Amino acid sequence: MTVLETKNLTRNFGGLAAVSNVSLKINKGELVGLIGPNGAGKTTLFNLLTGVYEPSEGSIELLVNDSMKSIGGLKPYTITNLGIARTFQNIRLFKELTVLDNIKVGMNKNIKYGAISAILRLPKYYVEENRVHDEALKLLEVVNLLDKKDELAKNLPYGEQRKLEIARALATNPRVLFLDEPAAGMNPNETQELTNLIRQIKNEFDLTVILIEHDMSLVMNVCERIYVLDYGKLIAQGNPESIKNNKKVIEAYLGED
Amino acid sequence: MNQFLQQLINGISLGSIYALIALGYTMVYGIIKLINFAHGDIYMLGAYVGFIFATKTGMGLVPTLIVSMVFCAILGVVIEMIAYKPLRNATRITALITAIGVSYFLEASTQKIMGTSPRAFPALLPKGLIKLGKVTITYQQVFILTITILLMIALQFIVTKTKIGRAMRAVSTDTDAARLMGIDVNKTISFTFALGSALAGAAGVLVGIYYSSITPLMGLVPGVKAFIAAVFGGIGIIPGAMIGGILIGIIEALVSGYGSSLYKDAVVYVILIIILVVKPAGLLGKNIREKV
Repeated sequence: MTVLETKNLTRNFGGLAAVSNVSLKINKGELVGLIGPNGAGKTTLFNLLTGVYEPSEGSIELLVNDSMKSIGGLKPYTITNLGIARTFQNIRLFKELTVLDNIKVGMNKNIKYGAISAILRLPKYYVEENRVHDEALKLLEVVNLLDKKDELAKNLPYGEQRKLEIARALATNPRVLFLDEPAAGMNPNETQELTNLIRQIKNEFDLTVILIEHDMSLVMNVCERIYVLDYGKLIAQGNPESIKNNKKVIEAYLGED
Repeated sequence: MNQFLQQLINGISLGSIYALIALGYTMVYGIIKLINFAHGDIYMLGAYVGFIFATKTGMGLVPTLIVSMVFCAILGVVIEMIAYKPLRNATRITALITAIGVSYFLEASTQKIMGTSPRAFPALLPKGLIKLGKVTITYQQVFILTITILLMIALQFIVTKTKIGRAMRAVSTDTDAARLMGIDVNKTISFTFALGSALAGAAGVLVGIYYSSITPLMGLVPGVKAFIAAVFGGIGIIPGAMIGGILIGIIEALVSGYGSSLYKDAVVYVILIIILVVKPAGLLGKNIREKV
């Protein structure tokens, strides 16, 4: 079943097409890689899919309640509420908030009490806050950060900040998760741990995962299918083996001879 | 010593009102980096709404406070929607000048509708004194302090322990990331304005009771003082605004008590300058060093 589909998606910045005529089809439960040289338009594509930018042309459709719904140009928080979550290439945690509060912010949209019950501290407030608290702790357990829950996010070491970003994205209760260079700056041990984490959350939370990554060992290791972007255009797609041997891909990375 | 204690009490009760106004400045700055110069006038309108409600209905303090706070909350949201929201992506100076414009608009409209002469605010609190040795505390001071402390506790609770508070803090640290985590940023900003304006409305009523007279330009000086209080404590930091407001109240009272009330403003400004030279980000602010 298709969960996310783009048709002829294009985004121009001035005269430059950062993403040009990209048509993708992602199936439910897939783990898809998006690779390409620096400046190929990978993050721009993520930004289009999550509503940061509006498409200049083309369509984006997401599976919502068993039918495809157009989400191109919707506000980011609406798209998040429809089930897409992401992490960022350069970590963007709420630095001054505690680890636990970072997760709770992600859960905000699923917390059901109004300002009145909060101010008057009606039972509903306590029921909901306790539920959120427990769920947040569970998520922290998944990414192994439970003992750091009261630290400020900015005080975590780099690798743990990456993991917290993943947990915060999970907190929005997504069906589709975008990971933007999750292994950037990690050592081989951490990358291995991350690989396991990605597989684990994909199964545990029944996710479709799309990841941008430069670490080829990670991409070839976890991705079932790979799309390759160069100069904003899709130049190849297929399983890891075929991508490794694809002439166009090798040219894009190494240049023509 | 008695003199000192007496002035301290006077200072804390006046300062707690500055703190209430300063909270609105600091929250709005924290979330959209705007110095909302119309904030002092929202406080003034709070006093007028309280005045009209209390004289027309003859009701007591609590209903007057609630009506005035609700009115100001709505007013704050409307002002944000009409005047500031269209400028969300404009330069900061544009929004700042708009805020000054809104401030003049509110002052002039109030002068037009209510007249320019002072009005006598009804005495909503019992007059009376508590004597502790040679120190006297008026009932009014006790009530004002109690109400401001209750409001501050409520605010602190909302900001730290509720979902909208978490959204406010998230938006103020990273607006774009908050948006991508499913936070409705516009709604969060509106709520911040509502909250800050409600506190200013409460401060308006309390000041009306304290000085028993209100004018359309009463927001000017306390507005500036509260702004200084916010900067003093570290703008954008909520406990900073509380501490800043109370400190300024105490300084003013002590200068008036021991020196001359003519110098109280001068001393406040001198201390502000010293603090900003020593700690440019304010008392509780952190100096962020640019990484090279």
